[in-house]
Amino acid sequence: MRQVQVRYFAALREQAGVSEEQLETGAATPAELYEELRLRHGMQLPATMLRVAVNEEFVEWSRPLASGDRVVFIPPVAGG
Amino acid sequence: MQKFSFSSATLYPDRYREALADPASGGYASFEGWVRDNNEGKRVLRLEYEAFEELGLKEGERIVEEAIRRYGVQKAACVHRVGDLAIGELAVWVGVSSGHRGEAFAACRYIIDEVKHRVPIWKKEHYLDGDSGWVNCERCAEAAHEHAHDHDHGPVRA
Repeated sequence: MRQVQVRYFAALREQAGVSEEQLETGAATPAELYEELRLRHGMQLPATMLRVAVNEEFVEWSRPLASGDRVVFIPPVAGG
Repeated sequence: MQKFSFSSATLYPDRYREALADPASGGYASFEGWVRDNNEGKRVLRLEYEAFEELGLKEGERIVEEAIRRYGVQKAACVHRVGDLAIGELAVWVGVSSGHRGEAFAACRYIIDEVKHRVPIWKKEHYLDGDSGWVNCERCAEAAHEHAHDHDHGPVRA
């Protein structure tokens, strides 16, 4: 199990009902973690619509997770 | 000034412009993005911008540095608002100073286009009809709505 921090923004924050959580997970990658959280929070956005960042950098969905990682799932952006 | 920054207060382009002054520059181009009262046929009352600032600052700075290298301009910067904005307010400012006008315009265009696609900023529009939605995230709104009511009656918005 790993201890990770997850922050939510925009549509995902509203769907998750929290902006941040610390959790213990068996997920080995951000892809596995997102599926776990999607079930728990009822988020219906597929991972294909999102990007993911770990420790404030964009990463691949298959990057191995480690304890202490800070994970952010990024819904479609709309700056400007 | 910082190459890329967020601000939760009113933007002041005249101040930023002065920061880009450079003796080697013969021109300056800028872009201002304003809050519009309509989008895709709906009347917009106000906007909210939310950003993942830690990553947004890094990605924004990378974009400005790319533009400087790519077009060989002297100086460039971008400032993006976050928080609640009213119609007509300045949402984003981009400025570039350079030897000649061509690369100033090109770098300015590059920065605003890349910022819109790459920086983790989200825009929520609040509409006259009481509805609201995250822009570029239509299915986000549908998913949230279906979740709240636990039944399916098709798309919430066209």
